[in-house]
Amino acid sequence: MIEFQLDSGSGVATYLQLVQQVHQALQLGLLEPGDQLPTAQQVVAKLAINPNTVLKAYRDLEREGLVRARPGLGTFVVASLPRTDPAAQSRFLASMTSWLHKARAAGLGPDDIEAIYRTAFRNCFAEGVA
Amino acid sequence: MTAALETNGLGKRYGRRWALQDCNLSIPEGRVVGLVGPNGAGKTTLLHLAVGMLAPTVGTISVLGNRPADGPAQLARVGFVAQETPVYPRLTVAQHLRMAGWLNPNWDAELAESRIGRLDLDPGQRAGSLSGGQRAQLVLTLAIAKRPELLILDEPVASLDPLARREFLQDLMEVVAVQGVSVVLSSHLVSDLERVCDFLVVLTASHVQLAGEASDLLASHHHLSGPRLVGTLPSGIEVIEQTHTDKQSVLLVRSEGSLPFLDPMWSVKPVTMDDLVLAYMRQARGVELPARSPLEVLR
Repeated sequence: MIEFQLDSGSGVATYLQLVQQVHQALQLGLLEPGDQLPTAQQVVAKLAINPNTVLKAYRDLEREGLVRARPGLGTFVVASLPRTDPAAQSRFLASMTSWLHKARAAGLGPDDIEAIYRTAFRNCFAEGVA
Repeated sequence: MTAALETNGLGKRYGRRWALQDCNLSIPEGRVVGLVGPNGAGKTTLLHLAVGMLAPTVGTISVLGNRPADGPAQLARVGFVAQETPVYPRLTVAQHLRMAGWLNPNWDAELAESRIGRLDLDPGQRAGSLSGGQRAQLVLTLAIAKRPELLILDEPVASLDPLARREFLQDLMEVVAVQGVSVVLSSHLVSDLERVCDFLVVLTASHVQLAGEASDLLASHHHLSGPRLVGTLPSGIEVIEQTHTDKQSVLLVRSEGSLPFLDPMWSVKPVTMDDLVLAYMRQARGVELPARSPLEVLR
């Protein structure tokens, strides 16, 4: 069983923080198929958050095919998340680093680069936002 | 589905002063509603109208599909905790439970007693000597154990220390999870509401300034900051609040659907519930105050 924590200053929606923590636990192998997630009652009794928030997070995880709710029993992990391919990670790190060098050579400072990254990141992931 | 709370053109006047005006709300069942606003905004008036302690001057209000306090059956469906969490100081905790058992048709004695035990309240202690936190928990227990469909709480945590406040909210959320009760909760502590509420109502100067599902409201508002704004923003963006220097503009905007494409010079950040509440409260103050009498401004 995992325990959720909240970072109230992060600006990340509460249900999303729960989803991310389950993703992380799956990636790290802390959660495996068959494991049970805490019930909504357990989560809210600890974090003082709205139960609908927990249910919304669990519904999202269910839609991703990672967990399944079994009525009367609880919510269980049914799939594992593959760890990110290390080769792909190092390839993208290399291309990002070379991009950063080029941006710097063109006279962009750290703040400019961060603003560009944020904009691109937002544009890329905007569709997933409710 | 019936609404937990529905109002149409609702208003309440005390003498010449309107405590609540033009109030139109439709809140579905199963929500935890945060009712926010400065002191004197009309929060308590709205809650008292909902429990039937006040009658509307104009307009209508229905609670769970019926008129507030319309007979014993309706009274049993709504639990109310008043701002001062009133108790009978000379009665013991156990006597409070026994009395509530006589007065409430759906009284769940087992639930009440197990809560009192879990909260470590001494059944033999007089209510007058309980701490603020214990008293709030006793009153919440009475309201919960009558098994209402809607719980109305007027500033339930205002007088509690941070730990008691957190415990109260943990408890309340557990009740929501287990019993599926709808909750309307007034507070000016937005950080508490941010955790527990999924529906937000901002009430300022006797008017509803903003109402809706919290997640929709948070998703449709954005902070923008960038170079001094000249000309206009793309259509579909409504400016709620703006400040400008000669070089820079900072805006809080509302945009239904996703934000249209903006110049990358603009930085876009999500808003918190705090930002949202404050912006709408300030906006209301800017518009409302000049038109009001000096007496009302003082409140």
